[in-house]
Amino acid sequence: MAKIENNKSEGLLGWVDERFPLSSFIKNHLTEYYAPKNFNFWYFFGALALFVFVMQILTGIFLTMHYKPDAEEAFASVEYIMRDVSFGWLIRYMHSTGSSLFFVVIYLHMFRSLMYGSYKKPRELLWLFGVLIFLLLMAEAFFGYLLPWGQMSYWGAQVIVNLFATIPFIGPDLAEWVRGDYLVSDATLNRFFAFHVIALPLALAGLIFGHLIALHEVGSNNPDGVDIKQVKDKKTGIPLDAIPFHPYYTVKDLIGLTVFLIVFTSIIFFAPEMGGYFLEHNNFVPANPLVTPDHIAPVWYFTPFYSILRAVPPIMGSQFPGVAAMGLSVMILFLVPWLDKSPVRSIRYKGKLFKKWLTAFVVSFLVLGYLGTEPSYVWGQFSSALPIIGGGDIATFAARIFTIIYFLFFILMPIYSKKDVTKKVPNRVTMP
Amino acid sequence: MKNLILIIICFCFLAPTYAADQVKLLSAPVDLNDKSSLQRGARNFINYCLNCHSASYMRYNQLKLIGLSEETIKKDLLFTADKIGDPMDIAMQNENAKVWFGAAPPNLSVTARSRGADWIYSYLRGFYRDSSREMGWNNTVYQNSAMPHILWELQGEQFYDKTSNSLILQKKGLLNPEQYDQFIGDITNFMVFVSEPNQQKRKQIGYYVLAFLLLLLVLVINLKKEYWKNIK
Repeated sequence: MAKIENNKSEGLLGWVDERFPLSSFIKNHLTEYYAPKNFNFWYFFGALALFVFVMQILTGIFLTMHYKPDAEEAFASVEYIMRDVSFGWLIRYMHSTGSSLFFVVIYLHMFRSLMYGSYKKPRELLWLFGVLIFLLLMAEAFFGYLLPWGQMSYWGAQVIVNLFATIPFIGPDLAEWVRGDYLVSDATLNRFFAFHVIALPLALAGLIFGHLIALHEVGSNNPDGVDIKQVKDKKTGIPLDAIPFHPYYTVKDLIGLTVFLIVFTSIIFFAPEMGGYFLEHNNFVPANPLVTPDHIAPVWYFTPFYSILRAVPPIMGSQFPGVAAMGLSVMILFLVPWLDKSPVRSIRYKGKLFKKWLTAFVVSFLVLGYLGTEPSYVWGQFSSALPIIGGGDIATFAARIFTIIYFLFFILMPIYSKKDVTKKVPNRVTMP
Repeated sequence: MKNLILIIICFCFLAPTYAADQVKLLSAPVDLNDKSSLQRGARNFINYCLNCHSASYMRYNQLKLIGLSEETIKKDLLFTADKIGDPMDIAMQNENAKVWFGAAPPNLSVTARSRGADWIYSYLRGFYRDSSREMGWNNTVYQNSAMPHILWELQGEQFYDKTSNSLILQKKGLLNPEQYDQFIGDITNFMVFVSEPNQQKRKQIGYYVLAFLLLLLVLVINLKKEYWKNIK
């Protein structure tokens, strides 16, 4: 505070500053917020995620002006937006592509944290905020996907809500309570709409605010995992390896943003369906409770978790173990800061063991993601002559193996991160 | 690392094996820049399809996008509505259609997006005589389809030959096979247009947007370099 007293602003800004901490806010969070100078490619995705969030809110506002949350009218109102609303098609494609790219950006952002140990002390809370945002984002996407009221919207929601029904004792009642009906219906559409357009965006905004506050409290990690606050300029007290966020990272993020927009607009204008991955073909058929599609696949960003769900075999006729495994596969992320016992943060100074496990994890995630988009017979069956697994689906077997690797990455982390031979971390960061 | 890459590559080769049991679709001649094909398609679609199938998300005045004037639309194509701004609807009620055909004919506004152009084209070529069906027709692409062969006068009558697994034209229609293929090709092309009338405009705008962003990219890269030149 003392610093601001020294160079008091005048005029209108001065008037505002006496009543609202505008100048000090800009200083504390932009012009004199210091970030490590060695950020690389992976550090674009936090800012990009914020950008996509704002864009989803803005396009969402315009969509709600024309969309009708009514089982009779929802599908037609989306087509009305696509055809009759001026540039409605653009707004809708921005929103639908935005949702997929939100997950691309978030997954890369999370992978960055795993690589550089950004969840380690003192950033545990920052990570917890992040995982919570990811969880709510999944809910937000799930609720939003019902709104176009196509076949995939409908049956996807039906399948996911039925997961709750597998919970012992309270399951069936719980599922009915969530739907508001015996099957997904107009009542379900209305409540999902409410959650999608106000409840979750509001909660997300709050959590993102908390995420940023936590970040600005502890400062950013960096690709070296070096604690920049250890080496400070003796006169100013500013870390030697730090630069002000504005203008350095604002101009750098402009490059990331422009590249992102190039990818984003290429999809919007030239491949908005993205070959059926962003907008599923079957979702251009209006929801029909009497016709179950042959193959119900969630949108690509849920498929790794969906694969885990399918991979776990039912126990005593109950599908609950699969549902529990799927829930656990996300929840386990909360524990990561305490599972990693490595003395260093960044992958640059970790040993071979961690690199191997991280690679195995990423491969599992990708393969599970691919398998989740396909029916379980996609790779055919094992020859029935084989013992035990004979006649079973190859893809299901593969999904089981990769599910185990997925969980072992976390479960064994305390062991391999401790055993791993790490390199010595330098005092200062290295520029890319 | 190498082993993992190898495993992934192996899996990629395994991947396409399951698609084999599906019917092989013909490739539809879709060209949205071919205005005359789209106009012929509009005529064919409105005359033959738009009696049982609606396309009610589409409005007649959007046919201007394929080069038709308001006069022409009103004079030659406006059969099922009074005003040019009206949707392409039909008079038949769904409840009646269910009784008459066993299933209500689906709205065709976005069928090209759900089924794909190749499916529509192959479907329209895949009808054959089957006395076991109520309507006397069956289809190779969509088994036991409730739809009778509306275009039989044009195509003639095909029979399904089990041994060669192919369709053989036994009674000639008004059109020869090439003309018929063009006829249904035009319909398919038109249905692709109907499924998203703004798609050509979308692509045109896309080029401008990308050109702008590429210029912007050069600008921001230089801006960043200028700011960062002293950071070591």
